[in-house]
Amino acid sequence: MSEKKIRVLVAKPGLDGHDRGAKVVARAFRDAGFEVIYTGLRQTPEQIVAAVIQEDVDVLAMSILSGAHNTLFPKVTQLLKEKGVNDVLVVGGGVIPEEDIPFLKENGIEEVFTPGTNTQDTIEFIKGHLKR
Amino acid sequence: MDIQKYIDGILNRDVRSTSRTISLIENQDSMAVEILKGLYKHTGHARIIGITGPPGAGKSTLTDKVVKELRTRGFRVGIIAIDPTSPFTGGAILGDRIRMQELSVDPGVFIRSMGTRGQLGGLSKATLSAVKVLDAYGCDYIFIETVGVGQSEVDIMKLAETVVLVMIPGMGDDIQAIKAGIMEIGDIFDINKCDRDGADRLAIEIEMMLDLKGHFEFWRPPILRTQASIGKGISELVDNIDNHIKSLEESGLLRERRLNNIKVEVENILMGELTKKVHQVAKESGLLDEYANKILEKETDPFTVSEIILSKI
Ligand SMILES: Nc1nc2c(ncn2[C@@H]2O[C@H](COP(=O)(O)OP(=O)(O)OP(=O)(O)O)[C@@H](O)[C@H]2O)c(=O)[nH]1
Ligand SMILES: [Mg+2]
Repeated sequence: MSEKKIRVLVAKPGLDGHDRGAKVVARAFRDAGFEVIYTGLRQTPEQIVAAVIQEDVDVLAMSILSGAHNTLFPKVTQLLKEKGVNDVLVVGGGVIPEEDIPFLKENGIEEVFTPGTNTQDTIEFIKGHLKR
Repeated sequence: MDIQKYIDGILNRDVRSTSRTISLIENQDSMAVEILKGLYKHTGHARIIGITGPPGAGKSTLTDKVVKELRTRGFRVGIIAIDPTSPFTGGAILGDRIRMQELSVDPGVFIRSMGTRGQLGGLSKATLSAVKVLDAYGCDYIFIETVGVGQSEVDIMKLAETVVLVMIPGMGDDIQAIKAGIMEIGDIFDINKCDRDGADRLAIEIEMMLDLKGHFEFWRPPILRTQASIGKGISELVDNIDNHIKSLEESGLLRERRLNNIKVEVENILMGELTKKVHQVAKESGLLDEYANKILEKETDPFTVSEIILSKI
């Protein structure tokens, strides 16, 4: 018999050229027993939000390398709010300068994981901060 | 949210009620059963299409293109994409959406990824229930994508009214492996990646296999060729899906197939409930422990004890 599983959407908004890092994270999540919905490169915020809703995920994990995090992450959280989605834990990762983190947190990104973060810490954070 | 709200939400095409209900089903939440009861009379409209075949054959790419074609023809479509759950960690990577990014934002399409979650027989039950939800939600076509390898996939494909078996040139011995269970349930054979060498040879092999199977009264599975990555051969595939459905209807086989599926469904539900009951009456009550001692002492025997327990159910 199955029980409730943690479902995570791993998404890459923007125009990044590769998704090696996101794939590593996706695998770590799987190994932690999560059900990972992986959507690949170059997602628009609209696509991400549609997938969050159709897949009914508990967590949205986004990663950006290109530097567009300050526009794209808040765009996604804004769209989620407009759609009335308020019980999904949103986290971000990628190449993100320290000084941008407070702004992202103000905009609905609950935690930001920069390169070098142990994926185990990310997993523990998620388990401890689920919103439903 | 209460049950009626979910039911109304689904019938009014509310995406969140629909996706949340599918989660309740996957988590075997008792609410799901009540919602499904309320939806049942609103189902039966959708056509159910199975897409199966070996890993990487292009099933998701093909589904993406077929669904886009159906959208231009004005239909609403649901997709259930199933990938294996790791038996070791219970986790899964569900990656079929990668090939369906544009469909994500099409309001006439609902895509849901599911892990197999290693449930014996439970997967086809959950899939069937998810199909019911998407049917009530108003989909005209529902696609189920699975990797065609194991028995559980064959079972899922039995839920479909039309099964498209996707193959690729150069599969060589793989065709033998696939033959075992799933070749028999293909209603349409599609040779995808026909830009590669070997499509002719594969077509001949399938043709021969079909000849061996004997005569086909209503429908001989056609062998089609596609190049899903560039959308080649797609409208012909869609036409053949529709032709197959028509042939099922005209021959009366659709009704027969549905009746059969209903019987299997009721049996499955009954088995599940009975297993639960047996567990309650025999184990949770401590009855089994008590009788086990008596059996060991030869005061009674397993058969008599089973009869006693059965009489209490
Ligand atoms: N050359 C060629 N490649 C194709 C064709 N169709 C799909 N592909 C490629 O095949 C790869 C696998 O495609 P998918 O659609 O993910 O295959 P799948 O069968 O859904 O894979 P799984 O769900 O992982 O089993 C992708 O890189 C596609 O671009 C085709 O007609 N020709
Ligand atoms: Mg696929």
